[in-house]
Amino acid sequence: MTTNPNETEIFVDPDVPLVRITREFDAAVGKVFRAHTEPELFAAWVGPEQRGATIDHFDCRSGGSYRYVISSEGFEAGFNGTFHEVRPNELIVQTFTFEGVPDGVALEKLRFEDLGDGRTRLTATSLVDSFEDRDAFVASGMESGVVEGYRKLDALLADLDG
Amino acid sequence: MSADPLSKVFSALADPIRRDLVARLADGDATVNELAAPYDVSLQAVSKHLKVLEEAGLVTKGREAQRRPVHLEAEVFDLMTRWIERYRRQAEARYRRLDDVLATMPDDVRPEPPSTRQNPTGGPS
Repeated sequence: MTTNPNETEIFVDPDVPLVRITREFDAAVGKVFRAHTEPELFAAWVGPEQRGATIDHFDCRSGGSYRYVISSEGFEAGFNGTFHEVRPNELIVQTFTFEGVPDGVALEKLRFEDLGDGRTRLTATSLVDSFEDRDAFVASGMESGVVEGYRKLDALLADLDG
Repeated sequence: MSADPLSKVFSALADPIRRDLVARLADGDATVNELAAPYDVSLQAVSKHLKVLEEAGLVTKGREAQRRPVHLEAEVFDLMTRWIERYRRQAEARYRRLDDVLATMPDDVRPEPPSTRQNPTGGPS
């Protein structure tokens, strides 16, 4: 199987209820940043499949807020939060709430790191206030993954195999 | 959701003493007395920790009447690893879509400078 040199790395912290995801991209930091701040671009990849996300509103600047809905095969989930700090090509600090659990909130930090040669490293840290919430967070990722079906991923993996 | 066995595993492993107990059991079965020896806590406290690990399915107690050695259930760990791997794959699938988006973005196109978004002063917004 061909391995992707940019493969996502994940770290589930045993001491602090956080999950950290690290991923590198073959694109300049400005592009990766814009794909997170411009709603049309963001909607094209955040959902379970292309155009899987409907943006309700998306005002990506310090003090702004967002809401989007992901739908796939009869499954619908709303997410919202506020942007606390948005620093071009560097950092986004935001909150993240799954509307199915409206009292729960994750504090997310997205760091954009210019690696030179048109490459970028993204480090996304999600911190919640209890291990139960963190674990439910990871579990929900899995459950919705089941609902969405892994067809898209399977197809991608099949392509890689071929 | 809280009844999820894997959530129980994560919660059980959230405590440093329980993680240490698990690490030592990975080397082989041990009795409660053996496990308690290095700690500055009561045998009762260690038994309590082991009970949490047992309820999470991480350890089992042997049947031998006298010794009742504690045994680590390695396959529960495998399950947890798979769980995290699945989450990772979901993130990876999302970021591959982002790869595609980035590939379609033209180089060196500057977004509108934020100043042009301002409303003219005095005019109706």
